[in-house]
Amino acid sequence: MNGIDAVREVFQRARTSRRPALIFYWPVGYPDLETSIRIVADLAQAGADLIELGLPFSDPLADGPVIQRATQRALENGVRTPHVLEAVARLRAMGVRLPLSLMTYVNPIMARGIPRFLEEAAQAGVDGLIVPDLPLEEAEELRAAADAIGLAWVPLAAPTTPDERLARIAATATGFLYLVSVTGITGARDRLPADGIAHLRRARRAAGGVPVAIGFGISRPEHVRELASEADGLIIGSALIQHGEASGFDEEALSGFVRVLREAIPGSPV
Amino acid sequence: MIRLISPPIQERPGYFGPYGGRYVPETLIPALEELEAAFHEAVNDPGFLREFEDLLRTYVGRPTPLTEARRLSEAVGARIFLKREDLAHTGAHKINNALGQALLAKRLGKRRVVAETGAGQHGVATATACALLGLECVIYMGTVDMARQRPNVFRMRLLGAEVRPVDAGSQTLKDAINEAIRDWVTNVRTTHYLLGSALGPHPYPLIVRTFQSVIGVEARAQMLERFGRLPDVAVACVGGGSNAIGLFAAFLEDPVELVGVEAGGEGISSGRHATRFADGDRGRVGVLHGTRTYVLQDPWGQILDTHSISAGLDYPAVGPEHAWLRDRNRVRYTAVTDVEALAAFQALARLEGILPALESAHAVAEAMRLAPARPGAWILVNLSGRGDKDLETVAKAMGEGKTSL
Repeated sequence: MNGIDAVREVFQRARTSRRPALIFYWPVGYPDLETSIRIVADLAQAGADLIELGLPFSDPLADGPVIQRATQRALENGVRTPHVLEAVARLRAMGVRLPLSLMTYVNPIMARGIPRFLEEAAQAGVDGLIVPDLPLEEAEELRAAADAIGLAWVPLAAPTTPDERLARIAATATGFLYLVSVTGITGARDRLPADGIAHLRRARRAAGGVPVAIGFGISRPEHVRELASEADGLIIGSALIQHGEASGFDEEALSGFVRVLREAIPGSPV
Repeated sequence: MIRLISPPIQERPGYFGPYGGRYVPETLIPALEELEAAFHEAVNDPGFLREFEDLLRTYVGRPTPLTEARRLSEAVGARIFLKREDLAHTGAHKINNALGQALLAKRLGKRRVVAETGAGQHGVATATACALLGLECVIYMGTVDMARQRPNVFRMRLLGAEVRPVDAGSQTLKDAINEAIRDWVTNVRTTHYLLGSALGPHPYPLIVRTFQSVIGVEARAQMLERFGRLPDVAVACVGGGSNAIGLFAAFLEDPVELVGVEAGGEGISSGRHATRFADGDRGRVGVLHGTRTYVLQDPWGQILDTHSISAGLDYPAVGPEHAWLRDRNRVRYTAVTDVEALAAFQALARLEGILPALESAHAVAEAMRLAPARPGAWILVNLSGRGDKDLETVAKAMGEGKTSL
């Protein structure tokens, strides 16, 4: 089974059980390499359906302060592409089976060279790619190469994206469509945008059956409750990092947060 | 009516050869498309061009003079001419683009403007244009740059702009651009991002080139009118590359040698510099701030910190058109160190009574270096800004013994 199949299966399973897939983001190398590997393994254990692994980049212009600080620290820890791929390989060796997608910016990929980067990523056990500074017009080379090697391509759409364009973006997805919930950057928010549900419904209609996972700002059980019946997947990043920081990266606290969010999905077995 | 150099026809829209493009979050794509359409409409609209020209003439003080630097010429054995952008209102060429884009913002119905600044010249120019046109203005500036360009911070605040310190990363221009883009991503519906250099996502490199081409158009006409000939060489400093492309754009079809000068900092071997082209090891093709170009980076694609005594050149990427001009050998790019720039700064002050911006002093230094090899050559230098903002930096450098009076 390649990455595309693995990601597809997550959404099929979610659809069958009528609940959204829970997707978590963690930057590799934060607060340090070993702890980040342990945290990802714990998240998998606690019931995450898919994990996005952040490959840090020095100039993350789609990210808010929480992820900026975390990835900056990872870079200060000396974490670069090979360490991230090594972390993936180690997670696989530890028996972590859920799909792992890399989330990074285009420059670290280009610096390695697209074919070599993808080959090494697939080899290490990566299943998919999310690259927020690669819009439709610039993505084709990487998307086609990812497709050829069996890695899921996860494009992004935003509230400013017109329906017709969103449909074209969704058509390039081999994993799912990452719907940015707000006109803005990553970061936990107290409240979801007022037109969030409408935005999500419109996007799902335009996406023509491609699974739509929504992210940016999702941080509380009530957000999960509100969006659960509308989305194919929910993506939680900054809020998870903040929970980690507040608890000294305590295993129980992070797993507990995952469970609380899972239990917030209506109809989920408690 | 005002003459500008029309944007070049691009084989692949948004690209100069393999450089350029639009590598930004999806959120911004519709705004960039809207900006592109408005820009092309505007530069074909006589009403817009008249308004722009009127501001350049009656507010900026254009055309700026062409000054023959007689004593400097004599000292180095060439004929050196200075295009005096330092005499433009606010003291640098940045005002040309700031006014052009502020007019575009109004055309787009956007009442709020954000911008980045390094040396503070673009921030001051943007704050000025916004004050003039009644637009809300927020300027992002690295805290290191705020410390070394204090007078400009105060000027921006006096002009009614809000200056937001950027504490991330190297706390210089690169980080200010990150933060300005993040603001734009968040407020894109109401806000225009007034990018100050010939870089960033398409259509910015074309917009900035077009509005700055007034420099080259004027300089070329002034040379022909006064001397009946073109210069042999035209020299400009290159940070992002807006003053350079503004000068070069008018001479690309002429038999004029074009030279771009990067910031050599403490020397290429020191690693403390901002030469994207001259450091073949670390200056490699990549993507920064929405454009594919030469970028100073580590082997894994992490952007490197740069150093230059001049804040305006202290940036790890270069405008995509410069990358293309370099590949085609139309422009030769070279580097001048901090020490050489300081020497040129003092030479121009003593021999011509002009304090250049440290950025522009890099171009002057290159002209002084070129002259002995080309006795009698006519060299046109873009004096892109004035040096008042740099007095503290220069005083400190001189005190540190890098150079002395």
